[in-house]
Parts: sequence; C-alpha cells; structure tokens
Amino acid sequence: MSGTGANLMSFIAIGVLVGCGVSLLLERSLSRVLLGVILIGNGVNLLIIFGARPGGAPVAGVTERGAMSDPLPQAMVLTAIVITFGFTAFLLAISYRSWYLTGDDEVPDDIEDQRIVRRAARKEVSAVDLGGEPPELDPEQLDAPAPGQRGEGPG
Amino acid sequence: MTALVPLPVLLPLLGAALTLLLVNRPLPQRLVSVSCLSATLLVAVLLLVRAYRHGPLVMQIGAWPAPVGIVLVADQLAALMLVVSSAVTLCVLLYSIGQGQGETGESAPLAIFHPTYLVLTAGVTNAFLAGDLFNLFVGFEMLLAASFVLLTLNGTRLRIRTGSTYVVVNVLASMIFLISVGLVYAATGTLNLAHLAARLDELPDGVRLSLQLMLLLAFGIKAAVFPLSAWLPDSYPTAPAPVTAVFAGLLTKVGVYAIIRTQTLLFPDERAGKLLLVVAGLTMLVGILGAVAQSDLKRLFSFTLVSHIGYMIFGVGLSTVAGLVGAIFYVVHHITIQTTLFLVAGLIEQRTGSTDLRRLGGLARVTPVLGVLFFVSAMNLAGIPPFSGFLGKLGLLQAGVAVGGVLPWTLVAVGTLTSLLTLYVASRVWSMAFWRVPCQTVRPSAPLPGLTVGATTVLVVLGVALTVVAGPLFDVTTGAAVDLRERTPYIHAVLPGGPP
Repeated sequence: MSGTGANLMSFIAIGVLVGCGVSLLLERSLSRVLLGVILIGNGVNLLIIFGARPGGAPVAGVTERGAMSDPLPQAMVLTAIVITFGFTAFLLAISYRSWYLTGDDEVPDDIEDQRIVRRAARKEVSAVDLGGEPPELDPEQLDAPAPGQRGEGPG
Repeated sequence: MTALVPLPVLLPLLGAALTLLLVNRPLPQRLVSVSCLSATLLVAVLLLVRAYRHGPLVMQIGAWPAPVGIVLVADQLAALMLVVSSAVTLCVLLYSIGQGQGETGESAPLAIFHPTYLVLTAGVTNAFLAGDLFNLFVGFEMLLAASFVLLTLNGTRLRIRTGSTYVVVNVLASMIFLISVGLVYAATGTLNLAHLAARLDELPDGVRLSLQLMLLLAFGIKAAVFPLSAWLPDSYPTAPAPVTAVFAGLLTKVGVYAIIRTQTLLFPDERAGKLLLVVAGLTMLVGILGAVAQSDLKRLFSFTLVSHIGYMIFGVGLSTVAGLVGAIFYVVHHITIQTTLFLVAGLIEQRTGSTDLRRLGGLARVTPVLGVLFFVSAMNLAGIPPFSGFLGKLGLLQAGVAVGGVLPWTLVAVGTLTSLLTLYVASRVWSMAFWRVPCQTVRPSAPLPGLTVGATTVLVVLGVALTVVAGPLFDVTTGAAVDLRERTPYIHAVLPGGPP
C-alpha cells in the first residue's frame, strides 16, 4: 500500500480517539478508565505511524529503495502496542480485584478529601479554620495533662 | 571496557529470570538476587571510574552505527546515578530479606517480590543508560510495570484502591511521553539523543518549544513536580516498607534525571528556565506545608519527598554549571536519605505496629538505635551542617545567588524557608515519636531482625559518608555538569564522525 500517508482525515481520527479516551479517563469507574487508556493508546500509535514517511513494505527486493516506508516507527509502534497491552491487562486485573473486594470498581477519593468531608459532616471545618484544632485533637498536646495522669512511663 | 556498559541492565534481568525459576526455594532465590545486585554495583563503580577518567563510554548494540542502532551511554552523570541507585537497591533488598525473616501474615514478602524487584532495577538502570528517547521510554515502562506489581503486592483492599490512582496517573504520563516521542520523530526523523541535539536546533522555535514542554510535562508527572505531584503522597505510603523506600529513592529521581538530560542535551537554551524556577519554588513550599499538616509518618515523608524534588528542579532551572552541580549532588544525597527515612519508618512500624504520630511515643527509650538512625538521617534531610544535605543546599543557594535577579533570589529565600520547615517537621516527629511519654503502650514485639537494622545502618552511614567524600563527589558532579553544559563530549562519543 503506497498511500498518501498523513492527511487531514487521519489526524481527525487521531483527535477523536484521543478525545474520547480523555473524556473516558475522567470517569470514576475503572473499567471506563480502562477503555479510555485503550482509545488513547490506539490514537497515539496511529500518530506515530502517520508521523513517518509513507511507502511500500520496507523489505529489500520487494520495494524500490526510494519508495520504502520508514520501518523505525513500525518497530516502535509494535513495542508500544505490547506495552499498552500489558498495562491494559494489569488495569483489568486491578478493576476486577477492586470489584471483588469492594463490590465496585470506582477510583476512591484521596485521603485529604475524605478527611475534609468527614470534618464538614461534623461541622468542624469552620472551627479548625478559625481557631486551630481543639486540644484533644491536637496530638502535640496529648501528654500535656498533669503529671499524676501520666502513668509510670516506659521501662 | 565497552562490554561493561549493558551489564547493569542485563545482570538484573538475568537475575529476574533465575529468581522466577527459583520461586519455591527462598534461600537460593535470595542468594541470586543479592549477588546480581552486588555485581551491578561493582560494574557501576567501574563505569564511573572509567567515565571520570576517560570520558563517556558508548555501547552500540548489535554494532549498528549510532543514529540507526540503539546506543547505551555511560557518561559521568549516568554512571554516578548507576552507582548510587545500585547501592541503594542492594541495601533495600537486604532490608526486605531481613524483614521476611521476622514477619508473617499479610505483609510477608511473596515469592514474586524478588523477580519484580530485579526488573524494577533493570528498568531504572536502562533509563539511566539510554542513549535514545525510545529506549528511555522503554526503561520507564519496565520500571513502571514492575512498580505496579510491587505497589499492589498481596492485592489487599487498601493497596488496590491507592494502586489504581497510581496506575492510571502513570499510564497517562506514559501516553504523554509516547506522544512526545512520536512528535519528536515526526519533526526530526531521529530519536538518538546526540543526533537530536543537532537536529532540534534546525526546527522552528514554536515546534521546539512545544516538544520541550510535552517532554517536561511527561517527566514532571514522573518526578512529582508540584502541580503534577498529588498522586504521590496518596499511593506510596500503603506499599510495604522496602517498596515505598525504593520508590521514594529512585522512581522520582529517574524523572529528575530525564529532565536534567533532556534540558541540557536537547534544549540547552534557557527558555524553560523561568518556568522551572517558578515550579521548583511552588514544589518546595506546597510539599513542605503538606508535610507539616500530616500525622502519619509515611505520608509525612512522602510530602517531604515532593518538597525536596523542588531543590533539584531549582538547580536545573538556573541553567548554569553551578546550578547543575548542586542539582546532581542533591539527587545523590536525596536518593540515599529519603530511602533511609522510609526504611526507618518501616522499622518503627515493625516495632510498634503503627506509623501514626498520634499513637507513637517514647521510642527513644525503647529502641535507642532507632532513635539514632532517625535523628541522623532527619538532620541530614533538614540540612544541618556538617551533613550532605547542608552541602547540597549550600551549593544550590550559592548557585542561585551567583545568578542573581528577582526570581533566583526568591528561590534562594524559598529554599532556606523550606529547609527550616523541614527541620520543624523533623523535630516534630522527634519530639512526638521519640521523646514524648508514650500515650499508648508500644507493642511488645520481638526485637527487630538484625539484617533490617543493619541495612538501614549501612544506608545512614552512606548518607554521612557523602559528607566525608564530598570533595571527590563534587569533582565528579562538576565534571558531569561541565560535560552536560558543553554537550560536545556526549555528542562526540556517540557520533564520532559528527552528526550525519
């Protein structure tokens, strides 16, 4: 196939693939994230292929020297496909394991977010913002009480 | 001598294959992995000596000449990184072996740990030695794939949950890296770093800048530079102690190494310098403020890790030889110290069953050895003289002052402030975990396994020894930085006949 190589349609196709992939990546469910990774991976592979010189099969004796396509991006894409395949398999395993353990495969909130939500639920956010932590929550003051309550200490 | 160059990649890979065969026989498996990493360390030292005396060593794989074939290059920077990383991975491996003797249950090491760990090492060394962008990408993917497995060892609920964030973020970073590799090839027709150094100069300014920013974005996520760093403190702390330690020491530094390499070799103009300086300042401040707010030891250290990445980016952003010298020295110092701190956190967890500062207390009396190990490495991190942290920070601050101007001076101020806040964080941990009268009884566990304490001690001693050998070490980093700024030693070594 000695096509015309890169044209507008091919780049629109890459854009659509990557765009759909990115919007899927923004989802909370790991299986959708997985689909997003696959779409982006395919878009990137197309990008690498279209970035190179087009032409016939790069085999000596089959194609004229000047009419050969660039073989290097094809080798790179092969490597990239293998890597994307491995990562896809691993993501699939993780989302299955997550579903197995917890009943869903959603990416959780990070710890700080959870902490803020918990505090907001207990209406502590404003108190903390205004006057610092109350003494019983402040770990640095835990051993502040009178010596009588300290116990024996270690050893 | 050139035959030595691929060995740091081949030895761990060979070891990985062997240890996979020996999955059911723990003792031979451990012997194989320890001897593989020791041999790697030896080779790395030889490479460093050779690169220091006679310039970069180049291996053309399969005897394909440079711009076509794959090259591995061991210049001073790469060799220095190899020495530090293999020393650290060896110590952490010993630690994990020691930990395996004392533990059972959920955190017990699996048979798969050794092969995966060796693949991780091979990925790191491959990234350091890579002479072309695609091989650098492959190195990144090797270490990433291994790190996915190590981070989710045992597949417990917590590790799967935090691991999923890590996997998604890093796969995205790899995609961005791959896109930039594709674009670089489309624009220049080569991926060989030395060849690119010449070819990129011929491109229009806008194209060059966008390629540079794409690469910086990809490496910035890997190195956990501020706006791209939120994934790190969430995913690292849940992994087993040796895994967190080696991740903290090496993985982010591979990103920093890639930034140093591409910014000096491919894009030697200073256009990204200001951006890097701003980002470096924000990384330092936001990271250390995050650390101040934490009450869990491992999360706290994750935030100091993010914060101190800022120092290295600061050095790179200055775009002077002195800045690079400081940055490279700081990378060496930080790999050692951050790993040590996570190992100490692991020891504390093993001893007491917790890393929560609100529950710890009185450790200085229970285990004085642990107190000494923590104190020395924490002071080292904070930059108290005469430790290497002080020397690294001093070098960077001097480089900043020498450049002058509003932005570098601001960065000098931010760097000093961050150093002081690190000292505050370290003394807070010290007073809460070690000095305070314990508010809950420490778990009466058996004494710590000798090998874990031994491995951590070796790392602490290495960290202190960096001060002792600071003179020769500064010679090597200066040599590396001068070579990086000149670019010609690297380019001539890879392409003896000049770029085609």
